[in-house]
Amino acid sequence: MALAETETAIKPRPRAAVGQDVRDTFPKLLLENARVRGQRPAIREKDYGIWQSWSWAEVARETQDFALGLAALGFKRGDKLGVIGDNRPRLYWAITAAQCLGGVPVPVYQDAVAAEMEYVLDHAEVRFVVAENQEQVDKVLSVRERLPRLEGIIYCDPRGLRHYDQAPLTRFTDVQEKGRAFAKDHPGYLEAEIAQGGGADVAIILYTSGTTGQPKGVMLTFDNIILMARSGIEFEGLRQDDEVLAYLPMAWVGDNVFSFAQSYCAGFCVSCPESGATVMTDLRELGPTYFFAPPRIWENILTQVMIRMEDAGALKRWLFRSFMSLARRIGGKILDGEPVSIRDRLIYSIGRVLIYGPLKNTLGFSRIRIAYTAGEAIGPDIFNFYRSLGINIKQLYGMTECSVFLCIQPDREVRADTVGTPVAGVELKIAEDGEVLYKSPGVFAGYFKNPQATAETKRPDGWVHSGDAGFLDDAHHLHIIDRAKDVGKLENGTLFAPKFLENKLKFFPYIREAVAFAPGRPYVTVFINIDAEAAGDWAERHGITYGGYQELASLDPVYDLVAGCVEQVNRDLAQEPHLAGSQIHRFLILHKELDADDGELTRTRKVRRRFIGERFRPLIDALYSSRERAEIATEVTFEDGRKGTIKAELKIRDAATAPIPATVEPLRRAS
Amino acid sequence: MTPAKRIGEVLLHADDISLSFGGVRALTDISLEIREHEILAIIGPNGAGKTSMLNVINGFYHPQEGTITYKGATRRRMRPHQAAEQGIARTFQNVALFRGMTTLDNIMTGRLLRMRSNFLWQAVYYGTALKEELEHREHAERIIDFLEIEAIRKTPVGQLPYGLQKRVELGRALAMEPELLLLDEPMAGMNVEEKEDMCRFILDVNDEFGTTIALIEHDMGVVMDISDRVAVLDYGRKIADGPPDAVRANQDVIDAYLGVAHGA
Repeated sequence: MALAETETAIKPRPRAAVGQDVRDTFPKLLLENARVRGQRPAIREKDYGIWQSWSWAEVARETQDFALGLAALGFKRGDKLGVIGDNRPRLYWAITAAQCLGGVPVPVYQDAVAAEMEYVLDHAEVRFVVAENQEQVDKVLSVRERLPRLEGIIYCDPRGLRHYDQAPLTRFTDVQEKGRAFAKDHPGYLEAEIAQGGGADVAIILYTSGTTGQPKGVMLTFDNIILMARSGIEFEGLRQDDEVLAYLPMAWVGDNVFSFAQSYCAGFCVSCPESGATVMTDLRELGPTYFFAPPRIWENILTQVMIRMEDAGALKRWLFRSFMSLARRIGGKILDGEPVSIRDRLIYSIGRVLIYGPLKNTLGFSRIRIAYTAGEAIGPDIFNFYRSLGINIKQLYGMTECSVFLCIQPDREVRADTVGTPVAGVELKIAEDGEVLYKSPGVFAGYFKNPQATAETKRPDGWVHSGDAGFLDDAHHLHIIDRAKDVGKLENGTLFAPKFLENKLKFFPYIREAVAFAPGRPYVTVFINIDAEAAGDWAERHGITYGGYQELASLDPVYDLVAGCVEQVNRDLAQEPHLAGSQIHRFLILHKELDADDGELTRTRKVRRRFIGERFRPLIDALYSSRERAEIATEVTFEDGRKGTIKAELKIRDAATAPIPATVEPLRRAS
Repeated sequence: MTPAKRIGEVLLHADDISLSFGGVRALTDISLEIREHEILAIIGPNGAGKTSMLNVINGFYHPQEGTITYKGATRRRMRPHQAAEQGIARTFQNVALFRGMTTLDNIMTGRLLRMRSNFLWQAVYYGTALKEELEHREHAERIIDFLEIEAIRKTPVGQLPYGLQKRVELGRALAMEPELLLLDEPMAGMNVEEKEDMCRFILDVNDEFGTTIALIEHDMGVVMDISDRVAVLDYGRKIADGPPDAVRANQDVIDAYLGVAHGA
C-alpha cells in the first residue's frame, strides 16, 4: 500500500523484513493458525455467564465472512475501518478482516466522547465503522453529519437499535451473510487480496493522546508489530497454551500487541471479559498466565487485599502479617534465584500453602508466569508485594511509536526502579540533554497526515526521540526519570527531574502529592500535600488530636513524620549517580489539598506545576530565603461553587541531605 | 429514531372499581384500560390510590365493586397467583427481594412458575430436571445481560446498593416473561444517573419484548418522557387520562398537584 509514501516523507522498509517468511501479515498468520492448530481455542468471550469460545478455524471462517461482507459493501484496499467498543471477539475479527482486504483498521478509544471520536474518524478518513453497541452507534450518529467520508456503520449488539431505520446501519452478522453470498459470486477473491498484502504495508493506525494538541495517528506496519510481538514471545518463552485476558482498550498499542499480535504469532487464546465491571471476577475464573496492568490497577488490587485483611479475624490477620513479612524479606530473592537459607525456604513453603497460594488464587494470579506493569512509575512497595508472593511482575518501557516495547526486565534482573534492558534489535542512546533515543524494528512508519510531527520524532540520523529523559546504569538497565521537557537543572547545572522526586515522595502513604521546584535555583525545595486519611490515622494512633486538615498539616509531629520521608528520599537519591545533586533541602506542608476545582491539578490528577508555582509564589520565595515561616492567602472554591479565601501561616523545615558517596559523581550538564 | 410503536388491543380493562378499607374509600368508580404494548403511567398525589389500583389489578386487593377484564376474561376476584400465572408481574414500592440470596437466585425464583419438573426431581438434579434447570438458567442469564448486572450475579442482594436492588427486582419480574408488568415507583429514591438507567431499561423492555407496562411514578420528568399515556388519580378518583401533553395541560391535574385555593 502506498500510504507511507504519499502521506509522509518516510520510505517503506524493504518487504523482506520478516525474513523470507510468508507469514508476514495477520491475515496470513490467521490462515496458518487455522491450519496448524485449527481446533485449539483462539478467542473466548464470557457471555450469558459462560465462556463461549471460538477455535482458530472458526475465527478464520468468521473473519473471512466479515471481510468478504466488507468487500461486498465496497470496502477497498487503502480504506480505513473504524473499530469502536470494549474488547469483543467480533471487533478483533473486524481488525483482521480489514487487513485481509488491504484496508487499515483504526481502533478508537471506547470511552471517548463523540467530539473526540469525530476528530479521529475524520482525520483517519474512515469509510466504515464497526461499533459494539447502541452506545457507540449513538456517538457516531451524533457526529455523522460532519463526517462526509463515513458511509456505513456496522454494529455487533442489536439491542435498542431495531428502530434506527433511517441510518446506514448494518448488523455484523448481516454483513457476514452478505460476505458468504459475495464469496459464491467471486471465488478466490479473498485469497488473492490476502496474498497481495505484505509486511511493509500499514497494518493499523493507532491514535495517541498527546499531552498537547490533537491526537496523532501512529501508522504501524505488519513488520513493526509482528517483529516486536515475536521478540517479546522469544524473550518470555510464550506458548500456545498461555492464557491472556484482553481488558485494556483496543485502541491502545499494548492491547494490539499483547492480546492480538502475540496471540496470532504464538497461537495462544485470548479471553474477553463479560463487561468492564466484571474484569476482576473474570480474571479470577480465567487465571491468566500472561497479564498486563498499569500501576494504577496493581495498586487497586493491593488496596483491596489490605482492606479485606483489615476485616479478617485476628488469627488470619496475624498469619497474614507474619508470613508477609517473611515474604517481603525472601520472596523476591526466591523468585530471582538468589540463595536463601533452608529454614526460610521451609517456612516460605508453609506460607505458600497457608497464605500466598490462597491469596493468589483469590486474585486470579495462581497461574501467572509473566506479568507486566508499564506506563508510569510503580511504587516499590506495590511492586515488591507481588514479587514477594512469587508473581513474576516486571516493568517494561515503550510507546506506541515503537510498537509497545523497547525494554523489558529480564528474569532475575527485576528491580522496582528500572525498566529493563533493550530487547533484541533495539538500540538505545541517551542524548546530551538526557533524552532517550532509540532505533528499533518496531519504529512506526510515520504519523498519518502529519509529516512535520513525524520529522520531529524520527530524525534524519535514524534516531527516534522518545520525549522521555533517562539514563542507563552499569548493568545496561534503563531508568526513566521524567518527561524530557520537564527535566531542568539547578543554578550549578545539576540535573533535576521533578517527577522522579515527586514519585519517590508519593510512594510514602502519608504523602498524597508533592511538587518539586528548582530550575535555576541553588537547591531543590518541595511542597508536600499530606494524605488526610493516612496521616490522620497515624495521628490518631499516636494520640495526637487535631481539628481539621489545616491543623493536621501544621502539627510538628506531622512535620517530623514528613521530614523522615524526605530524608529517606535524600538518602536514596545519594545513591543515584545522575541525580545525587538534586536532594531536597527545604520543604513545607501545604495548608490545603491541591484540587482540580482550583486548577492546581488536571482532571486526571496530574500536578499543574507552573500554575502552582504562580499561585503560591510567596511560599516559594520563602523556601528560598532563610525564613522559618511564610504567610499565604489563597482563594479557594468550595464544593458548592462559592469562593473564599484561606489565610495561613506555614512552617518551613530544613531537611538533612545525605552525603554523596565518593564513587558517585553528580552529572553536570554543560551549560 | 422514534420507535414505530404498535399499540394494540385493550389488554386489561378495569370497570367502575371501588375499594374501601372499613370506612375509608381508597378507590371510587375507577375505570381504566391498559392497551397492549403501551407504557401507562399512573400518577397522583400521595394517598391518591395509585398503589391500591395496582394491587387491585394483580389481585392482591379485591374491590367491593367493579370488575377486571384481562385478556377477554372478566372476573370479580382474581388471586395474585392466578394473576401471575396469566402473565402479570410486578415490583414493589419497597424492594421485596430475598436479601440473603444472590442476584442470580433471586431472578431464578421468577422462573418458578414456569418449572415443570417437581421438587423431588429437582432435588435429584438429573434428566429432565437438569435440562430444565439449564433452560431456566439461560433465560435468567439473558435477563442479567439485558439489565447489565453481570458483575453482581453472585452477590447477595442484601449487600447491593438500592438502585441495583431495584434493578434485580425488575429482573425477577421479567423472569416470569410477563405480558403485563406493574412497576410501583421503580425510580423512587434513585439518583439522576440511576433514574436514567432505569428509564432506559423500562423502554428497552417495552421495545424488545413488547411487554405492556403500567407504572407508578412521582418524577414528572420521567413520566412525561417515557409514557405513552398517563392516568391521574386524586383522592381515589380518576381525574384525567390521556397522552402526556394533554394531561400536563389539564386544569384538574394542575389543581391537584399545585393545590387549589378554596373559595377564591
